[in-house]
Amino acid sequence: MRTFMLNGRAVTVDVDDAMPLLWVLRDEIGLTGTKYGCGQGQCGACTVTLDGHAVRACQTPVARVDGRTVVTVEGLSDDKVGRAVQEAWRRLDVVQCGYCQSGQIVSATALLQTNRKPSDADINAAMDGNLCRCATYARVRAAIHEAARRLAS
Amino acid sequence: MKRPGARRDPSEHGVRRSRRQFLQQTGVLTLGIYLAPELLPCAARSAARASDAPNDAFPLRPFEPNAFVRIGADSSVTVIAKNLEMGQGVFTGLATLLADELDADWSDVRVEGAPADVSRYINVALGMQGTAESTSMAGAWIQMRQAGAAARALLVQAAAALWGVPAAEISVTNGVVAHQATQRHTRFGALTAAAARLAVPANPVLKSPGQFKLIGNPFVRRKDSHAKTNGSALYTQDLKLPDMLVAVAAHPPRFGARLTSFDASAARAIDGVVDVVQFSGSARMAGGVAVLATNTWIAQRGRDALQIQWDESAASRLDSAQLAERLSTLALNGPSAGDTARIALQKGDDAALQGATGVQHEALFEVPYLAHAAMEPMNCLVALTEGAVSLWNGEQLQSADQAAISARLGIAPANVRITQLYAGGSFGRRGNPQSDYLLEAVAIAQAAAAQGHRVPIKLVWTREDDMRAGYYRPAFAHWIRASIDANGALIAWQQRSVGQSVFADSPFAGEIKNGIDPSSLQGSAEPYEIPNVRLELITPTDIGVPVQWWRSAGHSHTAFATECMIDELAIAAGVDPYRFRRGLLASRPRQRAVLDLAATRANWSSALPARAPGERRGRGIALHESFGTCVAQVAEVSVEKDGTLRVDRVVCAVDCGLPINPNVITAQMQGGIGFGLSAALYGAITLKDGVVQQANFDAYRCLRPSEMPQVEVYIVRSKEPPSGVGDPGTPPIAPAIVNAVFQATGQRLRRLPLAAQIAAVSD
Repeated sequence: MRTFMLNGRAVTVDVDDAMPLLWVLRDEIGLTGTKYGCGQGQCGACTVTLDGHAVRACQTPVARVDGRTVVTVEGLSDDKVGRAVQEAWRRLDVVQCGYCQSGQIVSATALLQTNRKPSDADINAAMDGNLCRCATYARVRAAIHEAARRLAS
Repeated sequence: MKRPGARRDPSEHGVRRSRRQFLQQTGVLTLGIYLAPELLPCAARSAARASDAPNDAFPLRPFEPNAFVRIGADSSVTVIAKNLEMGQGVFTGLATLLADELDADWSDVRVEGAPADVSRYINVALGMQGTAESTSMAGAWIQMRQAGAAARALLVQAAAALWGVPAAEISVTNGVVAHQATQRHTRFGALTAAAARLAVPANPVLKSPGQFKLIGNPFVRRKDSHAKTNGSALYTQDLKLPDMLVAVAAHPPRFGARLTSFDASAARAIDGVVDVVQFSGSARMAGGVAVLATNTWIAQRGRDALQIQWDESAASRLDSAQLAERLSTLALNGPSAGDTARIALQKGDDAALQGATGVQHEALFEVPYLAHAAMEPMNCLVALTEGAVSLWNGEQLQSADQAAISARLGIAPANVRITQLYAGGSFGRRGNPQSDYLLEAVAIAQAAAAQGHRVPIKLVWTREDDMRAGYYRPAFAHWIRASIDANGALIAWQQRSVGQSVFADSPFAGEIKNGIDPSSLQGSAEPYEIPNVRLELITPTDIGVPVQWWRSAGHSHTAFATECMIDELAIAAGVDPYRFRRGLLASRPRQRAVLDLAATRANWSSALPARAPGERRGRGIALHESFGTCVAQVAEVSVEKDGTLRVDRVVCAVDCGLPINPNVITAQMQGGIGFGLSAALYGAITLKDGVVQQANFDAYRCLRPSEMPQVEVYIVRSKEPPSGVGDPGTPPIAPAIVNAVFQATGQRLRRLPLAAQIAAVSD
């Protein structure tokens, strides 16, 4: 049995300790916004925050989140920064197929939570692990700057 | 231009109180966007999207004047999209056409995927229901507008009867039907019951372009942005039905291997593994073993625990380096025993082609196999019932898949029911010529049922399964010899191309005429005026690696060969590459204008400023037309001393006819460039002794955010009928980069991918 805070609520799951958080979220809890893309931590589609830091849920055994705080894309709108990122994404129409976008948005939110005015280099460092085969990268970058501007004003 | 829907966002904050109350009272019409209504309750539960998916069925009959629109008593407008939304923005595009003619409020408009039903949802350009070759918007241009205009006419007629006023005096603006003289107005919902009783007009009057409000409006926003930014958008991967089991399958290690035997005891010992089934293959799909489990992780572990013996006596032992050698040799020397060269095009004078006049230049261009590597690996959910089957899928070729599945099950194609879901990318992969992953899902469901599991089965491929499953963009070699006369004019072009056919041995084999698969050569030597042209094709049939179209199909490699060669010829003729192309487009004003637009916006004739010391910079241009859309790109690159290549900036001009959604067009050019750049720099599937060497993104490198160039897109303000934008942004980028690298370094690259080919320079 493992208990953790998920999007503001305590959840308890009774699964194998080695089960990756990705599959606990998707198949056990039913929060499917967090996506499977590679299973090796190479594509970032499964990015969630763990105690505020972006992590790859496919590389995070559920035992590791016991007693800690997890936020997924479904929980971002509870937070000022997360909401600003989502709104910037919508204003700029960042998404194409959308499959990687949950991870992109969570990574961007984690970046802006610690760095309210990221440079392009900061964005590269924070976002380079988030692949997008539709290559929405230019708009991802623009949306992060846009969210930063809105948060500053 | 006015920003449609700017005053309120329907999906979130702006739902007006009256509408919200109405929804609470009746629950009407906000069904989960992509679910068949009969399956909604369980699916809605599983997908955790209860917030915007009330479970009630329709209490009132909605107004459905045709197959493409449904208007609810709450005034919501649901557009039924016959094409797959895989990122290209087609849901938004289709809705834009219909909503403009309907004069709907953009914020009232929703989109849902159409079911598989070719009688209503045929794509005329493909001759079946499906989404391919950037045909969707051209096919919908009149049809969706007529659907919207017909619905509008009925609403107006209903209002005229209700108010006792002439229909001609009624206006419709942003979803409000009004009669000015009597100051009456209402939203669509109040008129739907009356409108539903009227006869649908056969030929409703369409707007003239000057009357468009949404079409061409750069402020129209995508319809899928909201769901794709809060985790609620539903992909096949996300669907969960009651009693559903997840299946993960073991595939043969080499193409053509067959299952001999297996030991599932270790897999069965894993808690949560429900069963292990052997499923039968066919000529179209390899059989194998699948593990059925209660969740994906357990199914994957179970699959990995299987001990399987394969019969590899008939398996391919291909070495892709040897294949490249063979393709190149055939392209250079012509057919050897067993291969036939077929002439796809011969025009002009044979002597000129043989180089009797002018200066000859020849070159060989090579491209490798490419994986599609969509972010969502292939998957499909299947529920078998008596005499029918239901599938949930990001479905790209409904009619072909219905035919393949109905043949396997011995049922009528119409009894293969397909619910359309979002696809997490495709780039062609989900429209498989052999229906491979769908047939595998059906075969597993059959095997599961035979072992007593008459439950929905969701087949989930891992990334490794997806990347090793074949159906790659074929490797190709193009040899080209061309002649330039004393005036620097291109007078002859002879090309011999060698590569596998994507249509061969598939339901699309009828496209092959006189042994020529048209997709192998499409776009070669185009769009230029060349008096003497000969195109030959050699199609090896013994390679054993399954191939498939990939974003932009044959254009993905013919544009590379053609546009690199044109550039080489310009240099050989001593003419600026832009001017050289321009000179070959004297009677092709449309193509010339696109070329001019890109060159002008890129300041083609200006010098590129140097940046870091020792860094070499260059600018390259390429022009290519595919699926009726013409795209020119100017790439600016930097090459460091050690040969590291960076693409700094791409200026892209596009003529896709009348631009429907400028914002989507821009996104597709940006994305098409990024996708093509990924392949140009890194993309290659290689095989050793028949085993695919890449299984995940570590070995199959894809473009990262930091490598994305600045992209500027300029759209020609055309009034011609629209053509597509999903494919055409991709072909020009590889040659534009190659041509830029030549300008920067003097080195001519003729083989993709480019990474690590550029020579370092010493100080």
